[in-house]
Amino acid sequence: MGLENTLFGEKKAEARKLTFRSIEQYPEAPVSLGTTLSNFTGDWRTFMPVIDESKCVKCYICWKFCPEPAIYIKPDGYVAVDYDYCKGCGICANECPTNAITMEKEEK
Amino acid sequence: MVEYKPIRKVVSGNYAAAYAVKHARVQVVAAYPITPQTSIIEKIAEFIANGETDIQYVPVESEHSAMAATIGASATGARAFTATAAQGLALMHEMLHWASGARLPIVMVDVNRAMAPPWSVWDDQTDSLAQRDTGWMQFYAENNQEVYDGVLMAFKVAETVNVPVMVVESAFILSHTYDVVEMIPQELVDEFLPPRKPLYTLTDFDNPISVGALATPADYYEFRYKLAKAHEDAKKVIKEVGKEFGERFGRDYSDMIEKGHVDDADFVFMGLGSLMGTVKEAVDLLRSEGYKVGYAKVRWFRPFPREELLEIAEKVKGIAVLDRNFSFGQEGILFNEAKGALYGTGARPIMKNYIVGLGGRDFTVRDVRAIAENMKEIIESGKLDREVEWFHLKR
Repeated sequence: MGLENTLFGEKKAEARKLTFRSIEQYPEAPVSLGTTLSNFTGDWRTFMPVIDESKCVKCYICWKFCPEPAIYIKPDGYVAVDYDYCKGCGICANECPTNAITMEKEEK
Repeated sequence: MVEYKPIRKVVSGNYAAAYAVKHARVQVVAAYPITPQTSIIEKIAEFIANGETDIQYVPVESEHSAMAATIGASATGARAFTATAAQGLALMHEMLHWASGARLPIVMVDVNRAMAPPWSVWDDQTDSLAQRDTGWMQFYAENNQEVYDGVLMAFKVAETVNVPVMVVESAFILSHTYDVVEMIPQELVDEFLPPRKPLYTLTDFDNPISVGALATPADYYEFRYKLAKAHEDAKKVIKEVGKEFGERFGRDYSDMIEKGHVDDADFVFMGLGSLMGTVKEAVDLLRSEGYKVGYAKVRWFRPFPREELLEIAEKVKGIAVLDRNFSFGQEGILFNEAKGALYGTGARPIMKNYIVGLGGRDFTVRDVRAIAENMKEIIESGKLDREVEWFHLKR
């Protein structure tokens, strides 16, 4: 997934998912350690938005409406989704005036 | 080490709590007044007004907010305290889960008061025992001295295992009754209770955290286990802190259940808090008359001292469990807990539940004698007349 230009800018390179594999690895208290850079929220998603660039008119309505925000503008002007943080709410697909975004059931 | 010379003061249970808060060098108190707790927080406010302490006092608009503000203060790493009673404690209920779940070592005094309606301001344990499953530890004080000692030990235990503690005293019987309390000079309290070393703080800006964040089903379970384990680990800490307190200040609290004459008793009275003071008085009298009785005063209700209870249950033929509380649709709460703890062990003492003193109904030495006579009959005949007895009921 093209992540060279995300909402987190250059910091995205530092992003690393924290996964606890045994009880010892957990912090004693339920605090979230660090920012969303280590707490990806994309795995909450059931349906994923898929963008069809042949229909996209670069209006950026999806980019404005995304509440996360997990939609970013690529250097070529088209939009893309940062799937590390997209929760799959579907607002972008609902708002897209050309139906360039479809929500597809994700296989995990 | 400085030699320990206690300072004796004649104070109410509530003032004993307030002095302990000052001596523990609490940094933040957030509280809302409610009878019979009010004089605790009034006294603390007086200490602040007199310049005797630099506690940050947060007056709030409800008990829910009192606990919320205490949680916020504790999350910054501060030593935080609050106090309440009855309906106030019930209003805090949601926040009690937040405090223990976030593993914040808050100490709170709850003055046992009957839940309304009918409206009542008198002693009854149902308010605190109804908070059994909130993840708080609970210490029950028999007298004003134990209120003072309990608050100091509670901070040490809480800050070691990162679980909050409720120190419970009786409405009026302790809260407003004056008695001699031996207080500990400040420098010796400081040696016993050094400043808190928090696990995490909201004010560590180089290591940012958020408290009470979301845990999905992939992680919630493990955090519950951590809290459950902290309660189990706390038993050892409670014994160590209680022993250290005894070595330093002469009053030993290394037992989670204080026992009297258990080794040669046919049966023991078991209960929580101030009513056990009456029982101890009565036991001395009954023993002088030849009754083979003892007592088991449950100091810590959470974590529940099941191991110590088993030791007692293996020695005696009967246990009279005195509950100044009731779980509707079942039985007295301590009775229920004690029976549950013994199920599956070899110990099979005859157990009877006496519901006593609800809503401040007087519970006297004469009542203990009547219970002793009933228990004696039950043990001699081997027949339990009824499992739960509403002892004072006008018939």
